[in-house]
Amino acid sequence: MPRLRKPVVAGWFDQDAADFRLRGTRCRDCGAVFFPREDSFCRNPGCAGVVLDEVPLSRHGTVWSCTDGRYRPPAPYPSDPDTPWEPYTLVAVELAAERMVVLGQAAPGVTVADLAVGSEVELVPGVLYEDADTTWTTWHWRPAAPRPREAS
Amino acid sequence: MTRDVAVLGAGMHPWGKWGRSFVEYGTKAAREALADAGLEWSEVQSVVGADTVRGGYPGYVAGAAFAKALGWQGARVTSVYAACASGAQAIGTARSQILAGMADVALVVGADAAPKGFFAPAGGERPDDPDWLRFRVLGATNPAYFGLYARRRMALYGDTTEDFAQVKVKNSAAGAANPYARYRKRVTAEEVAASAVVADPLRLLDICATSDGAAALVLTSMEFARRHGAADPVRIRAVSTATPHYPRTVLDLPDIATDSAAAVPEPATGFRASIARNAYEEAGIGPGDLSLAEVYDLSTALELEWYEDLGLCGTGEAAGLLREGATALGGRLPVNPSGGLSSFGEAVPAQAIAQVCELTRQLRGQAGKRQVPCARVGMTVNQGLFGHGSAVVAVR
Ligand SMILES: [Zn+2]
Repeated sequence: MPRLRKPVVAGWFDQDAADFRLRGTRCRDCGAVFFPREDSFCRNPGCAGVVLDEVPLSRHGTVWSCTDGRYRPPAPYPSDPDTPWEPYTLVAVELAAERMVVLGQAAPGVTVADLAVGSEVELVPGVLYEDADTTWTTWHWRPAAPRPREAS
Repeated sequence: MTRDVAVLGAGMHPWGKWGRSFVEYGTKAAREALADAGLEWSEVQSVVGADTVRGGYPGYVAGAAFAKALGWQGARVTSVYAACASGAQAIGTARSQILAGMADVALVVGADAAPKGFFAPAGGERPDDPDWLRFRVLGATNPAYFGLYARRRMALYGDTTEDFAQVKVKNSAAGAANPYARYRKRVTAEEVAASAVVADPLRLLDICATSDGAAALVLTSMEFARRHGAADPVRIRAVSTATPHYPRTVLDLPDIATDSAAAVPEPATGFRASIARNAYEEAGIGPGDLSLAEVYDLSTALELEWYEDLGLCGTGEAAGLLREGATALGGRLPVNPSGGLSSFGEAVPAQAIAQVCELTRQLRGQAGKRQVPCARVGMTVNQGLFGHGSAVVAVR
């Protein structure tokens, strides 16, 4: 039986959308943007807004910083302790229009050497983990420009 | 009218991995603080416990857990939790009660029995908890955030991994002279460079461990201290427990994203710097008045961030201050003369109290080989998860 595809968090992205984006919300009164989404109250202390509309976040951004995880994180990170640990890269991305930084895992194979601070990255759909009956989907960042290694 | 409270007693249980209950550690520290103050437990009118989330129910009601262990005697009780800033909240609470005239003598205690390895969130399926989400969705451990900050410093300011290693070298040299520290061996830059990478660019010896430990303070009104014969006690002059200003634009654990500065411009002073600024303002001093500082070196690179947030140097200049030796013992402004988290490992609710224990010993001139000459003004600073500022100014 094929695995069921499920987003790792409900409501943060549409895993099957043609134009894959993170989904935040924007306050109708003051325009403040929130990710993770705020759906009940605006958090701007100068705003009493209670109506927040879903808004797609920018698909491109620049690297604010990056690091990697050389050791297996504890639960609830989904990972099979009986398989060897494969380090992955974490990248914090600055979105110019939203003026915010959003963290995410880098696409498989992307290392910190590929992600200079200030370089451009783009959002792509990804897979966090597969267990017996579920494929948990997530978002990944990957370098937007052709990587030098591939160019040579 | 004075806004000072007196520190009559300081006590600690040595940091380590001892395999016993946090209550036992806290009781040892409390008894030591009472003996240091020359006071009986029966004279304490208020006990304030800094909670631990790792001790089951007694950990959530730490004030009562310690009061019971010391022997119920009817004192007012308070238990507070603010993650790494819990100790400062406990000190702030005791100080408020003393200044409000609700108590003359207060005992502040924090203790923890830490797990092995990474700190992990509470169990269950909790997608509305940012701390659960960062582990579930990203596997973003605390060192991952420290790695992000470190790499950004390297890119923006030209800090190097050798600079980070020198923080460890400095702090391990101080910790080697501290009987309460868990790690009491000098570490070389080569040893740091040879340790395993945990979160690039940070290595195992750049990142603080988690420890068992306990710290306690006996705080009293200035009048009580005089009556008790302490004419010139160490005094707490300021306690900053600030929250951030919206929008927070520096990524901070446990968050997956920052606030957006699109609708409201970011504040001129960032959160960490505002913690220090509030403490300076309340104490009526500035960075130039400090004799020493104890800062929260969860990682070596993070210690450098604090230099800038405390105003010891300009933005991006911290590595320069380190390289010239200013922040080492014997320098013009020693930072973490206790050895810091680097030598202790973090015992969450005890750590901010332990920082003030170090100020107390330094300001009394009782710090032995770690003594900062002519110490008059000391400051601690720290930050708890979920927006808890923590800073204490002590003077003598
Ligand atoms: Zn609003």
